[in-house]
Amino acid sequence: MSAKLGRPVAASEVIWLPQDVVTARDFGGANVIKNFLAAYGENADVFDAERIRFTFDCNAPANTAGYATNQQICRDFARLRGIRVHDVDAGIGSHLLIEQGLALPGLTAIGTDSHYNILGAVGALGQGMGDVDIAYAFRTGQVWFEVPATVRVNIDGQLGPNASAKDLTLAVVHHFGSGGLLGRAVEFYGDVVETLDLPGRITLASMATEMSAVIALIPPEASVLEWLAERAGVPTETITADPDTQYIEEVTLDLGVIEPMIAEPYSPTRVRPVSAVAGEGVRIDTGFIGSCTNGRFEDFSEGYAQLEDGSIVAGVTLKLVPATREVYGQMLSEGLIERFFQAGALIHNQGCGGCAAGQVGMTGEGEVQVSTSNRNFRGKQGAGRTYLASPATVAASVRAGRITVPEVRR
Amino acid sequence: MSQMRVTGSAFPLVDASGALLDNIDTDMIFHNRWLHITEPSQMAQHAFGNLEGYEDFTARVEPGSWVVVGRNFGAGSSRQQAVECFKALGCAGVIARSVAPIYLRNAINTALPIAQMPDLAGAIELGDELVLDFATGTVTNLRPGQVHVPTPAISRVQVEIYRAGGLLNLQ
Ligand code: SF4
Repeated sequence: MSAKLGRPVAASEVIWLPQDVVTARDFGGANVIKNFLAAYGENADVFDAERIRFTFDCNAPANTAGYATNQQICRDFARLRGIRVHDVDAGIGSHLLIEQGLALPGLTAIGTDSHYNILGAVGALGQGMGDVDIAYAFRTGQVWFEVPATVRVNIDGQLGPNASAKDLTLAVVHHFGSGGLLGRAVEFYGDVVETLDLPGRITLASMATEMSAVIALIPPEASVLEWLAERAGVPTETITADPDTQYIEEVTLDLGVIEPMIAEPYSPTRVRPVSAVAGEGVRIDTGFIGSCTNGRFEDFSEGYAQLEDGSIVAGVTLKLVPATREVYGQMLSEGLIERFFQAGALIHNQGCGGCAAGQVGMTGEGEVQVSTSNRNFRGKQGAGRTYLASPATVAASVRAGRITVPEVRR
Repeated sequence: MSQMRVTGSAFPLVDASGALLDNIDTDMIFHNRWLHITEPSQMAQHAFGNLEGYEDFTARVEPGSWVVVGRNFGAGSSRQQAVECFKALGCAGVIARSVAPIYLRNAINTALPIAQMPDLAGAIELGDELVLDFATGTVTNLRPGQVHVPTPAISRVQVEIYRAGGLLNLQ
């Protein structure tokens, strides 16, 4: 933030922060426009059409008349002002910003999505905000912001042979709880973090929301920077904390050898080892791989590895939702779609489906679902009980028909 | 321009033991089955409609009352209706021990008076006269004549936005 303003800022100072990208999704977008038009007039223009995007991901394609209307309100507004719309076929907005090189280290972005701190996976400052904030930013390109106090988290440990970034993430959520980082900016360091690939970083950053953090930054490594530079078409530099950064707290977590973890209903913080839950014989009805937390190509490959020489057990459904069109395309060209199909999976179009309610079906009373998503609150995906786990755990579980520790397969 | 001093009587939301309720989330304030409502007058009747023990809040609360609550008020979704419903009811505003970040922004942006006072427990009773003074950044309880300074302090930006009658009126 200091770099952005060209002067040092201190925690709890309130600043006006210029934004590089301002977005609205189909959830909230129509209200942003309503506020904007009411405040600034029917013909009012935006601060810079190039830096605004609409992303239709929540309900894609619209399956209620209300969403369909709201999406059309956004399209009409955008057309008049030359704003780009990533329509219902594009995928999850936060992932699009990363894929398209719009979210880069040190850049700022806001949107009507409470998981925008996912952009910290590439060292960008992303924030979810309400309709009024976004309407104001459409007009002015900035928002007010109270500089949060920063917590430095050093994670020691290593991933076990059948564990992945989601297991690490769940272990961290377990440690901090839902209010553990309330209102804080958090920076993640440590060997195990450094070895995460970009999808793994996305997984970790995405669940900062579940710990109530405002910002989650993972300083990008060389391989991530290279990938970003290619996407952006310009060289990128990593961001590093100021040498004189004042941390309000420094936490070192020693997670040892991280084993597969799972969050039980109805809270992402009710985390236990999969082995413990598996021991209790939890029968499942549905599996889900997708969401902004685990909807990348690498997540689907990790899941498929568990199904390779087998298939989904009769009576259980596995639903797949790639995060973006690019992910879907890669799954297609690398044969993963067909192989999942042969294993018995149901493959849905890209977007938030399965996480945002309703899109790939809801869970019924008594139904047990194991999902790679990030929230399992009561009623979020229907009346059933949702467990949160890694793609490997979900796939191993749908193969067995009950919550199961994934095998070592790499 | 809005009044710089906001006066009203306190309506604390408490549990059976009289402690201020913590963790009232946006679904308890304004349930998601009413999310399609965009008309403020219709939002009023659903305030706290899903909060156990306070389903009849709208019938009990007098216009001009302060909603007084515990910690982490308004966690959950970014729905603006959870703020608008109190404006529509004519509430003076919200005084909480702490407020979830997005809710706080939404309240400030729509010029709903809001203040956080972490050590509030037990200091305010039903019917106490409370004055939030934006000029001095204080909350005074006229009954014992106690003056509180909210922490975190009411920021200059909040006062500017409040004065303008909302973020979108700022020039
Ligand atoms: S996948 Fe779920 S949590 Fe992520 S952006 Fe979409 S609706 Fe939000």
